[in-house]
Amino acid sequence: MSDATTLEVENLQTHFFTKGGVAKAVDDVSFSVGKGEIMGLVGESGSGKSVTGFSLIDLVDPPGKVVGGRIMFQGENLVDASEERMAKLRGNRIAMIFQDPMMTLNPVLRIDTQMIETVLAHEDVDRETARQRSRDALGQVGIPAAEERLKAYPHQFSGGMRQRVAIAIALLNKPDLIIADEPTTALDVTIQGQILYEAQKLCRETGTALIWITHDLAVIAGLADKISVMYAGRIVEQGAIDDVLDHPVHPYTIGLLGSVPGHNTRGHRLYQIPGMAPSLLDLPQGCTFQDRCTFASETCNQTIEITQPVPERNVRCCNPQMAGAAS
Amino acid sequence: MSPMLEIRDVSKQFVKRLDLAAKIAVKLGANAREEVVHAVDGVSIAIAEGEVLGLVGESGCGKSTLGRMVAGILPPTAGEIAYKGKAIAAKGTEEGDLAALQIQMIFQDPMSSLNPRMRVEDIIGEAAVYHKIISPKDMSSYAAEVMGRVGLDPGYARRYPHQFSGGQRQRIGIARALAVKPEFLVCDEAIAALDVSIQAQVINLFMDLRQDLNLTYLFISHDLSVVEHISDRVVIMYLGRVVEVAPTNELFDDRPNHPYTYALLNEVPRLDMRGLDYQPVSGEIPSPLDPPPGCHFHPRCPHASDRCKAERPKLREIAPGRLSACHLNDEA
Repeated sequence: MSDATTLEVENLQTHFFTKGGVAKAVDDVSFSVGKGEIMGLVGESGSGKSVTGFSLIDLVDPPGKVVGGRIMFQGENLVDASEERMAKLRGNRIAMIFQDPMMTLNPVLRIDTQMIETVLAHEDVDRETARQRSRDALGQVGIPAAEERLKAYPHQFSGGMRQRVAIAIALLNKPDLIIADEPTTALDVTIQGQILYEAQKLCRETGTALIWITHDLAVIAGLADKISVMYAGRIVEQGAIDDVLDHPVHPYTIGLLGSVPGHNTRGHRLYQIPGMAPSLLDLPQGCTFQDRCTFASETCNQTIEITQPVPERNVRCCNPQMAGAAS
Repeated sequence: MSPMLEIRDVSKQFVKRLDLAAKIAVKLGANAREEVVHAVDGVSIAIAEGEVLGLVGESGCGKSTLGRMVAGILPPTAGEIAYKGKAIAAKGTEEGDLAALQIQMIFQDPMSSLNPRMRVEDIIGEAAVYHKIISPKDMSSYAAEVMGRVGLDPGYARRYPHQFSGGQRQRIGIARALAVKPEFLVCDEAIAALDVSIQAQVINLFMDLRQDLNLTYLFISHDLSVVEHISDRVVIMYLGRVVEVAPTNELFDDRPNHPYTYALLNEVPRLDMRGLDYQPVSGEIPSPLDPPPGCHFHPRCPHASDRCKAERPKLREIAPGRLSACHLNDEA
């Protein structure tokens, strides 16, 4: 592992032990994020993208459990880390931003109380320093009149402003890694643009590594350096953002990109992936996408290993579609 | 050709009345007053038969309220909505009831718009029986026929809504609307809650139904790429007012006219745009409780002048088929 790699996840497995059986929500997931790098983790509902994010900071609730793999954060394996160690890392070196900012904010405490608490929990400074740092963080995410806004309660902010406060709290201790789980999904387009702008600026200026979890391919297209596409608990395709979006080789990625309406599709039928995502409790043997795949063959029901049909690209498919990748 | 549906200068205000405590406080000299939200403020739109009109805007712009008024769920505070030349507000009259039946609505969240304790065939068939489109004994076969049309397996007719996935539930909502043989569908964020691959299936279904049944749509969405894909013409709203109307290809291929539309189109993430340097629109959407005077967009507009702060710009024709409400057009 080079010094520039902030996080390296190897063969991560998170399973949910339910009454109906074992749901492999995250199954053999590997990726790495370097300093200042933005990785998009894309998938539809139930693909395991959020559980992957939660697994990284040990926030998976029972009956879910990380059952295998390694999470190497700056050379330290977080899977083995004690609860005390994780508490030291969370909110300090690794921060998480959720879709709903009210999940992060306590509705009955003022913003300054919550922010100062976050600083003091991890560092031995006096309240005035902590307060100053909170004010700077609010300014950094573009909240005007930070000094007055510190005294406000969460309900006095609009949705976009609340998400900025949540991001400011994530920034307080200048983390090395931020995990953002659908942070702009609930926001309006112009407000989303503002948040994306702040996120991009942050990674460029401070070298923070960022994992951006979303279902929205278009957001990732403009923001990320690389992309991992998840389907039914596994990463099916992984590579540099331009390579994957312009020349996808996994049938699921191809189908997903064809489903996105936009500039070139006006008046035409959209490509539609037939059927729907399988239940995690009842996955087909071998490739989990085979029932919906137009290129499926007899080999699809065997164990599919990750291969590199194109340089710098990890693909979990036995029939990668190379037609688009040649150019 | 006269339009199929005409919205004439329609406004909707929601008033929060003073409660008893506030009334007493006012008597004692406190400075409380009724809060009025101008959800829709003097909107006029005409929709031709067979057209798909996209209605776009951010939260609080009044697009859903307008859709609900068209569907007859909410009465307008002022103005008139005419369906085939007859006002739809006249409930209880033959024409009013006919309009109410022929304009159907599809909602965003299929779970909260379907009765969880009714079987799917009852959900789909109930209205058709009530309106005597079919007789009660034909309900099962009729429901099965409509289910087939929207791509649902008729074998699931005896199931309950919770036994379906999100995309299938949305199809049930569409089937329920189609069961009374409507001519006009109001789709309020009808695909916003669905996954990308399911979204594509439902968009294709809408396009097929349009061809097969000659439907007219008012398609309400915050998602510009979906609207670009499906609409013939686009109306953009901001804080209760229409700011621009344009044919889809002119709006997306040429430069939009209104500064707000321009900003909105600029902000939309697109697959073919990589490594962007985001240049965000400054400021937030103002509260509709207390909108800014003059042009509602002036506090965020890079071209705002003194006139924009005082005078409300009129929506007027700037080219054939294109309308815009911006003072800048007067200077050019």
